[in-house]
Amino acid sequence: MRIPISITEIALIIVLILLAPLAIAGLALINTGLGRSRSAAHSMLASLCIFAVAAGAYLICGFAWQGYIGAPAHVIVVAGRQWNWLARAPFFFRGMDFNASALSLAACLQIFSVGLAALIPLGACLDRWKLSAACASTALLAGCTYPLFAHWVWGGGWLAQLGINAAMGRGVIDAGGSGTIQAVGGLTALALAWILGPRRGKYSLEGMPTAIPGHNAVLILFGCFLALFGWLGLNSAGAMLFTGAAPVRVVLISMNTALAAGAALLAAVLITGLRFGRPDVSISANGWVGGLVASSASCAFVSPVAALVIGGIAGALVTYSVEWFELHFGVDDPGGAISVHAVAGIWGLLAVGIFARVPASVMNVAGDLPGASAARDSGQWLAQLVAVATLIGFILPLTYGLNFALNRIWPQRVPMEGERQGLDLYELGAGAYPEFVTHSEEFGQFR
Amino acid sequence: MCMKLAGFLLLLAGWAIVAAAVVLLLPANARTIFVLAGVGVEIIGLTLAIRSNPLAGREKE
Repeated sequence: MRIPISITEIALIIVLILLAPLAIAGLALINTGLGRSRSAAHSMLASLCIFAVAAGAYLICGFAWQGYIGAPAHVIVVAGRQWNWLARAPFFFRGMDFNASALSLAACLQIFSVGLAALIPLGACLDRWKLSAACASTALLAGCTYPLFAHWVWGGGWLAQLGINAAMGRGVIDAGGSGTIQAVGGLTALALAWILGPRRGKYSLEGMPTAIPGHNAVLILFGCFLALFGWLGLNSAGAMLFTGAAPVRVVLISMNTALAAGAALLAAVLITGLRFGRPDVSISANGWVGGLVASSASCAFVSPVAALVIGGIAGALVTYSVEWFELHFGVDDPGGAISVHAVAGIWGLLAVGIFARVPASVMNVAGDLPGASAARDSGQWLAQLVAVATLIGFILPLTYGLNFALNRIWPQRVPMEGERQGLDLYELGAGAYPEFVTHSEEFGQFR
Repeated sequence: MCMKLAGFLLLLAGWAIVAAAVVLLLPANARTIFVLAGVGVEIIGLTLAIRSNPLAGREKE
């Protein structure tokens, strides 16, 4: 593992880490804009609460189970090979020196990363998720699901070891968190959307979806701008801390991130323009974020042209996926969280295996020396596929099971009266726009 | 609910095939085939879980 040594390098990483909260702010604005006006204040407050709970849960046990490359871990030995499956660090960050070491910088970045991952499900659960239940569900994500997968990919776990143990490229590469942050959050959003069910009035008695447009396009689009800055920080700092990318790579990472987002936006604008006669704001914004999400895994290891292609495909995937989930799968996802974060995140992981040229200096496990594995590039796509299979085959059932159990103990959906009033009035006692918003009755002829 | 449970069991079974192939098999070809088979099982499980949603596919009726 290449550890930052110079003060300039440390300063650069700290600046990049401090950009990361802008991704959270951007996503919170996008979610709020895509929801109803009568739940806007609730959405923003829930975003802050979710971040607070995620940071707290991560402090208590999250980082202890995630760990870091080279840190102590639980290991099982199968067929003569050691597989690292869970970190064994002290709870509450005990014993850590906060001295800008690689370990402490990674812990700092992770506080924001886990906050972003925990915020993603809110987009799929807008207008019907209790604040208390959102906090409880976040604790499960930040304390259990996220650290587990993050350890496997970023903490030198068994997915990162696929390179040295199974000759699959260099093990799973996910520089900025397409899988670790985005897909984990997106799959949790899918699980919660299943558990909560659609909003009242979303589907007619015949099962046809009704359009419930977002209430503020300016919030949505401003959130997209903020998200770009946040992603620049997340991708760059993540690449340096979790794959050992050199600081000079920040130039390429920044270009690739912006290009992927731009290509995704244009793809979404083009597709919705051709299909509906004019571009759709919310789907185009979702396309933009989908491009950012897809760029994360491979941002440090692909050419700008490849980043354009990755972003363009992500934009198209998100555009069609939003429609499929709503129309064919009966999943009500007001913020497009499942399509943007799960679908585009999985695509981003796979794109590493297709487009990336990973240099020999990249290391995601302890003891993997530069140049010692130069012949292992061939199986990279298989390593990425194993990561995707783990997300869908293990993380999705795990997060569904945890949230299903939580829902049995502590019902997560507000009663019908809460949806009718809006979550602002029902849970907070006051609206976000008390003086000039009126609502029509929507509950008559719908399920 | 039974259909969704079956879907999730298939998802877990598919992942178990993938993990077992990675950990236990040494020849690259066999490992690749079993990983792809595991992914195939997961796709069936995911399809089952999605189709178990009472609102899924209603637009065709």
